Amino acid sequence: MVSGGVGEMEAKETGLSRDAADDGVGEARADTIISVRGLDFFYGPIQALFDVSLDIPRNLVTAFIGPSGCGKTTLLRCFNRMNDLNEEARLVRGTIMIGGVDIHDAAVDPIELRKRVGMVFQRSNPFPKSIYENVAYGLRVGGLRDKGALDEVVERSLRNAALWDEVRDRLGDSAMALSGGQQQRLCIARAIAVEPDIILMDEPCSGLDPIATMKVEELIHDLKRRYTIVIVTHNMQQASRCSDRTAFFYLGRLVELGETMRVFTNPAHKQTEDYITGRFG
Amino acid sequence: MKLHIEEEIRRIKENLLMMASLTDRNLAQAIRALTERDDQLAAAVEAEDTQLDSLQVTIDEDVVMFIAKQRPVATDLRLMIVASKIAGDLERIGDQAVSIARAAIQLNREPPLEMPVDIDRLASISVEMVREAIACFVDGAPERVPALVQRDKLVDAINRQLFGELVDRMEAEPSIIRRAVHLLLVVRRLERAADHAKNIAEEVYYLGKAVDIRHSNPRPADQGKN
Repeated sequence: MVSGGVGEMEAKETGLSRDAADDGVGEARADTIISVRGLDFFYGPIQALFDVSLDIPRNLVTAFIGPSGCGKTTLLRCFNRMNDLNEEARLVRGTIMIGGVDIHDAAVDPIELRKRVGMVFQRSNPFPKSIYENVAYGLRVGGLRDKGALDEVVERSLRNAALWDEVRDRLGDSAMALSGGQQQRLCIARAIAVEPDIILMDEPCSGLDPIATMKVEELIHDLKRRYTIVIVTHNMQQASRCSDRTAFFYLGRLVELGETMRVFTNPAHKQTEDYITGRFG
Repeated sequence: MKLHIEEEIRRIKENLLMMASLTDRNLAQAIRALTERDDQLAAAVEAEDTQLDSLQVTIDEDVVMFIAKQRPVATDLRLMIVASKIAGDLERIGDQAVSIARAAIQLNREPPLEMPVDIDRLASISVEMVREAIACFVDGAPERVPALVQRDKLVDAINRQLFGELVDRMEAEPSIIRRAVHLLLVVRRLERAADHAKNIAEEVYYLGKAVDIRHSNPRPADQGKN
C-alpha cells in the first residue's frame, strides 16, 4: 500500500542522469510529481518502450503525442500500473517514481495507487447505474457511508467536472442516458471524486463532437489548478491548446519533451517537426 | 507519396519568387529611367506594378487558405507568417520603384541636373540588398542575414550625406530646388527599398532560426509564452 497516499509523499531528489527533454534536461525539478528513469517495457517478446526517462511536473498538463504504436498509451498505463492487468506486459528495467515513491515497490498496493492516479479512457465507460451512483461508487468502495458527505462530494465532483448544472435535477437517472460528452465528463467527475493527485486521460475526446470536445478541454484547463494531468492525444490542435508541456514519442522512444509552445513553434527534432506538420504518422 | 500540403507550399513560394523577380526588375528599371532619362522605361514600371499588387493578394489568399485548412505549426506556420510579410515588403518595394519612376518622368521634363555620385552608389546597394534578401530566402540561408542587416546602416549614412549635399546645393543655387526636391524623394525611396530588404532578411532569419531579430532585440519564437 502507498503509505499515506501519493499526495502526502515528499518529492525527493531523483538524481537524474539523462532525459530526452531539451529544456531543463536532466535536472531534477522541485515540482516533479512523476519521474521515469530508463524504462524498458515489453508485451511478451515485443519491446514497447526503450529507455524512456522523463519528469512530469505537478499541476500542469502534459500531452503525449506520437503515431499509433509509439508507446504513449503504454507509458500512460504504467503510471497507475494498469499494465499489471495484462499478463503479457513486463517492465524489464527502469523506475517510475510518483511523489518520490517507486510505484513498483512491494509495499505499494496497485488499488490504492489507482485511487491516487485516476484514469479517463478513450471511450466513456459509465457504470450501468444512476448518475449519482457513478460518482459515489469510488467513495463507497473506500468505505464512505455518510449520506450527507456523499451528497457533498458528488455535487462538488459534478461541479468540478462542469456537469452539475446539466444533471442536478436528474441525479437518479441512468448514466447511460447521457450524451457522449456528458458521459465523458461524468467519468472525469468519478475520477476526481476520490481526490486523486494525478488524472491520466487516454484520448478523452476521440469520440466527441467539437462542442463536447471544447467542454472537456475547458474542463482540463480548470482541473489543472488542482490536479496533475497527463493526456494522450492524436489531435495536434488539442495538444497545443490544452497542454503546458508536450512529449513526442516515436517507435517506443521519447524523442522530445518541452514547453508546448516551443515544441509546436520550433521543435528541436526533425521527427517531431515531420509528425506535427503531418509529414508522417 | 506527394503530399498536397507540399504542393500548396510550393505554389506560395513560386508566387513569392515571381514577385521578387518583378520587384527586382521594376526597381532596376526605375533607376535606369532616372539615370538614362527614359520615360518609356518609367511608364513600364508603373504599368507592371499592378502585377505585383495582384500577386500580393494571391499570396495572402493562399496563406489564409493554408492556415484555415492545414492549421500549420512549426516551420510551416513560420513560413505562412513570413510569406505574407515578405509579399507585403516586395509590394512596398514595387511602390518605391513606381515613385522613383514618377520622379524620373518629372525630372525628364526639366533640364538635366548633375546628380550626386552617391545616388548611383545608394541605388546599387539598395538593389543588391533586395537581391541578397531574396537569395537568403531562396537558399534558406539565415546565417547570411546579419551581414545584410548591417549594410542598412551604410544606406542610412549615405542617405543622410545625400540629404545634406542636396540641401547645400539648393541653398547655393535656388533655381535647382524643384529638381533637387525630386532627387531627395528618389533618395528617400531608395533608402526605403533598402529598409524593406532588411525587413525581408529579418523575416528569413525568423523562418530559419525561429528567432525574432527585429528592433535589435533577438527573441526566440516561444519566449514569454506559456
